[in-house]
Amino acid sequence: MPRIYLDNAATTPIDNEVLQEMYNVMETHFGNPSSIHAHGREARTVLEKARKTVAGLLKVSPAEIFFTSGGTEADNMAIRSAIVDHGIRHAITTRIEHHAVLHTLQALEKAGSISLSFVGVDAKGNVNMEHLQDLLATNERSFVSLMQANNEIGTLTDIEAIGELCSQYGAIYHCDTVQTMGHYHHDLRKLKVHFITCAAHKFHGPKGTGFLYVNPAIRINPMIYGGAQERNMRGGTENLYGIAGLAKALEIAYRDMDQHQAYIQELKSYMISRLVEDVPGVEFNGEIGPEKSLYTVLNVSFPVMEMADMLLFNLDISGISCSGGSACSSGTNIGSHVLEGIVANPDRPAIRFSFSKFNTREEIDFTVSRLKEISSSLI
Amino acid sequence: MNLPIYLDNNATTPMDPRVLDAMVPYFTQKFGNAASRNHAFGWAAEEGIDYAREQVAKLIGANEKEIIFTSGATEADNLAIKGVFEMYKEKGNHIITCVTEHKAVLDTCKHLEKAGASVTYLPVKEDGLIDLQELENAITDKTILVSIMYGNNEIGVIQPIKEIAAIAHKHGALFFTDATQAVGKIPVDVIADGIDLLAFSGHKMYGPKGVGALYVRRKNPRVKVTAQMDGGGHERGMRSGTLNVPGIVGFGKACELCRLEMAEESKRLSALRDKLEASLTTLEESYVNGNREFRLPHVANISFKYVEGEGLMMAMKDMAVSSGSACTSASLEPSYVLKSLGLSDDLAHSSIRFGLGRFTTEEEVDFAIEQTKKAVNHLRDLSPLWEMFKEGIDLDKVEWVEH
Repeated sequence: MPRIYLDNAATTPIDNEVLQEMYNVMETHFGNPSSIHAHGREARTVLEKARKTVAGLLKVSPAEIFFTSGGTEADNMAIRSAIVDHGIRHAITTRIEHHAVLHTLQALEKAGSISLSFVGVDAKGNVNMEHLQDLLATNERSFVSLMQANNEIGTLTDIEAIGELCSQYGAIYHCDTVQTMGHYHHDLRKLKVHFITCAAHKFHGPKGTGFLYVNPAIRINPMIYGGAQERNMRGGTENLYGIAGLAKALEIAYRDMDQHQAYIQELKSYMISRLVEDVPGVEFNGEIGPEKSLYTVLNVSFPVMEMADMLLFNLDISGISCSGGSACSSGTNIGSHVLEGIVANPDRPAIRFSFSKFNTREEIDFTVSRLKEISSSLI
Repeated sequence: MNLPIYLDNNATTPMDPRVLDAMVPYFTQKFGNAASRNHAFGWAAEEGIDYAREQVAKLIGANEKEIIFTSGATEADNLAIKGVFEMYKEKGNHIITCVTEHKAVLDTCKHLEKAGASVTYLPVKEDGLIDLQELENAITDKTILVSIMYGNNEIGVIQPIKEIAAIAHKHGALFFTDATQAVGKIPVDVIADGIDLLAFSGHKMYGPKGVGALYVRRKNPRVKVTAQMDGGGHERGMRSGTLNVPGIVGFGKACELCRLEMAEESKRLSALRDKLEASLTTLEESYVNGNREFRLPHVANISFKYVEGEGLMMAMKDMAVSSGSACTSASLEPSYVLKSLGLSDDLAHSSIRFGLGRFTTEEEVDFAIEQTKKAVNHLRDLSPLWEMFKEGIDLDKVEWVEH
């Protein structure tokens, strides 16, 4: 059996249709979209067509989409620009946000720009809405950053409710949608949000490209200066094939969304039931129900075992790729800040399995059977 | 020969097919996240990154640990200037740069002025070079950074980098250079040149768009920059965000190809450029902009007096050329670079930048010569100013009457 890839929350394999689109752009439209000659104008057409595609899918105007080098840049741009440009002195987030949000807010706190409040989360990672309301009510105009789905445990947040609450208190709401973009429909005509973010490589698009949606009700300045690109909001020659690939990937994601969602949800539910049957003492971190959790992520908590750190290693030897947490911090030996944030038992080893449309039931069967053997051998 | 011919290689370059070949496996089989440390997909991606980092470092004589990958030169310029400003603010707030820098440097400096920076914009001489004495005079005890580009994007002029670095260091300032146009075209060595920080990008050297790097010196002195994008702590904490693995691999390959082929390629290009220039300057009242001795081998910027600029661009529709930087070409303003050399608005408007590249052929250059001559002559035939000039009227002394 070829290697099994169950780390799709870290990155996804690129879709062949996307790749063909990118090759096409590479070969035929190499111009700089800012050049006014024919090569440049053709490149500009590719760029604006991509923007229109993305905007159409999210039901916004193309002028509200700003392409970036990825999710981290988009998060940084929203947070830094909004806080600085609007003189925000207070921000609200959770301790289980992605580091692109958490570390950025902490850097601003350290620089003395803001004070930072952490809204409480329960043992499954759900945001305490009463606490959020308290924080909004007792502070001056806040900047709120709460992600739609946690990248490690998959717990979904009711972003519509948070949007309503933020709007009620005049807060600026940034929602990190890097894990959910292309996996759920986002109708921005209805959602009360100022910023959402996207990284193409999380839904079978290319790495190195993403976007920031900016609600027209809010004005911000650029984070990267130098050139009139992105309507003066983001300097730098556009990553044209990346952007074309992003648009194609999002188009495919929306086109096949219901079908893929049903398929992947089925795989996840199947894995849950197989694990419960076959691996004694297994539990799950975060929400696991279809309504309350991201269908691509399953965080499994294994019973306390002596050689816990051998678990991932043994899975890798068996040809199964998965993760102990976010790839962005997986090089460190520090435990997951998300699991710490939901006060999970630190002695129970946790593994994140994350799925895509390319995974199969056979792969799940193989993975569960290997997990059964490995975990019993390590106890 | 395919029309229009592409002579705008300073704006962007077509990707070398060998670069794309190197990238392909990282789109398909080796698609992992380079930060995934506990499985084979992650390791394969990381291996690709490590190799590319060596290829990139080698081109500029750096150590691979000194390379920070970014989304391009603009981001690298921003990171260098803002990063130094924030990191060294205890020491001072003064930055010295120059009026002919790229917008990525100038706009960043202007932004920092609002944040408390004091910035000196050095003028340039008629040939586009800065005056070293003026640089030294501008330095104060608050100067933390000197930011001067290596090769100019519009006129190709190469600044005396080594001397500039020495002056900066003599006064305890760091030296940063935007070398986007120079790296891969001429030998650049961060050690020999005494460069502390250097920005460049892939798509100006036949690599992919959306990827670039900042060199940050680690020894003598150890230079630090404050991160401008926080997150997972990638690139040793200086630049977070999932690495663009195929882009970086392509960038690495592009650097390697430039390193291996530079000596021959620069000879070929400068010969073609000289041919173009020699032929076009046989036209009356045409002038080459910028110092011709210290210049990138592939750039020629020529002004054609008594020719209407927009008409010239229109008449040359079979050639993709530019009248200035792509980043500012959408505006109708004349080039600020040419104006700072002392050109009038009119002359700046009637200037063309010819940017030759790896895929430019002699046939194309001959075609460009013929087309340009035809266009200039045709427009002059229609021009009353040209007629007056030919009649010996000194146009500078004419008093125009408005109707």
